[in-house]
Amino acid sequence: MSEFRMPSLGADMEKGVLVEWNYKEGDRVKKGDIIALVETDKGLIDIEVFEDGIISEIRILPGQEVPVGEVLAVIGDEAGEIKRAGSKKTEPVKKAKKQKKERIRISPRARRLAEKLGVDIKTVQGSGISGTIDGDDVERAAGLKKPETRRTEFAEPGEEQRTDAQNRMRKAIAAAMSLSNREIPHYYLESSIDMTKSLRFLENENRKRSIRERFLPALILIKSVAHALRDVPELNGYWEVDQLLIKQELNIGFSVSLRKGGLINVSIRDADKKKPDEIREDLNDMITRARAGRIRSSDITDSTITLTYLGDMGAEVVYGVIYPPQVALVGFGSIQQRVMAHDGMIAVRPSVRVTLAADHRATDGVSGSRFLESLNEYLQEVEKIWTNGK
Amino acid sequence: MDERQIKETVFRELRRVAPEADLNQLGPSENIRETLDIDSFDYLNFLIALNNDLGIEIPESDYDQFTTLEDIVLYISSRIN
Repeated sequence: MSEFRMPSLGADMEKGVLVEWNYKEGDRVKKGDIIALVETDKGLIDIEVFEDGIISEIRILPGQEVPVGEVLAVIGDEAGEIKRAGSKKTEPVKKAKKQKKERIRISPRARRLAEKLGVDIKTVQGSGISGTIDGDDVERAAGLKKPETRRTEFAEPGEEQRTDAQNRMRKAIAAAMSLSNREIPHYYLESSIDMTKSLRFLENENRKRSIRERFLPALILIKSVAHALRDVPELNGYWEVDQLLIKQELNIGFSVSLRKGGLINVSIRDADKKKPDEIREDLNDMITRARAGRIRSSDITDSTITLTYLGDMGAEVVYGVIYPPQVALVGFGSIQQRVMAHDGMIAVRPSVRVTLAADHRATDGVSGSRFLESLNEYLQEVEKIWTNGK
Repeated sequence: MDERQIKETVFRELRRVAPEADLNQLGPSENIRETLDIDSFDYLNFLIALNNDLGIEIPESDYDQFTTLEDIVLYISSRIN
């Protein structure tokens, strides 16, 4: 027997709305199955179940908002534990089953509005994150709102305006980052790293591969950060109850920007142990899901450190804000050709400016410097860490 | 496959990564990634899709020939016909 609770999908999440159940009482579930859809400030998230079992009781009905940690359902080990479901509880579950066949991503508020206004949600064009239908969309479909008068809190006339979902995501980011700035005494260190060797290595590697299997430079950064963290483990952990808990597992939260604004940190689990191809596939799946609005709970939980890379067109340098309860964030600016000293000469070589933002309660500049030094070493000999762990 | 068909294929795949973009506003010599704000991940997926749709090999060393619409059309038409 275990209790399936509203998961915490980040420090900024306090509550969530249960949107639908994909299973009903008596159904057998396997670890990794998507058991429910929950709406949070990050958008709609598919929630996975962590163990095999049989759903013996569903406690929270679709549409209910509950705090993080609240029991949503009880999962039993054996069929014998199934509690006979009352009619009150089975009715909405059947409804959820029906919805699953043709799933439309819609917020609970929008669904209620659509029912009230008699709008067929199949005909509504969603404008929220990844096409999710929000309240504004339903009102527009019902003719209550003109397309150009979208409700928004900050936009000036003529500015790009935001949807409900985007506003909620901005608020969630603001809440987490305000908490971070208020409570975490950040310190920053910065280095410039010559990328010539690692990019050449990647080029050679990619030449052997079909376009579908090629690596982006982000992969070398992820791999090298993972190894450098093994050398300086005190940056990989949580600050909890006034002390640093160094984490054994090394899950790198990788910031993914969304086209319609906002970002989601997806979690690359066991980044130090995984082969580059596994990381590439994981990342591919998670970024695709994030951008399509189909993120899963395991995609965004349990990160032990964050890595942000601005990509090849971004700014030169980024000073990150640590995502609590983590104690460090590694930020890479864009990889660019720069003038630098090399072998006693002035040369033009590709380089990256990397910053470490770290929590001064947990570590100090000595640890941070060791990390950047180690990172530089790995980036000069990527081939050594590429195929296996250390 | 003529120029118009190639352009249609390119537009179809661009729409997948940048659904909200007005592609009719895209100038032939504009930098596509900058104009449509497409990151390297989505751009690689765009190239994979072109490889898939058109059956042309695109070595990494040729990626810089996929910067503007006119370059892309030229690259594809010289390999497909």
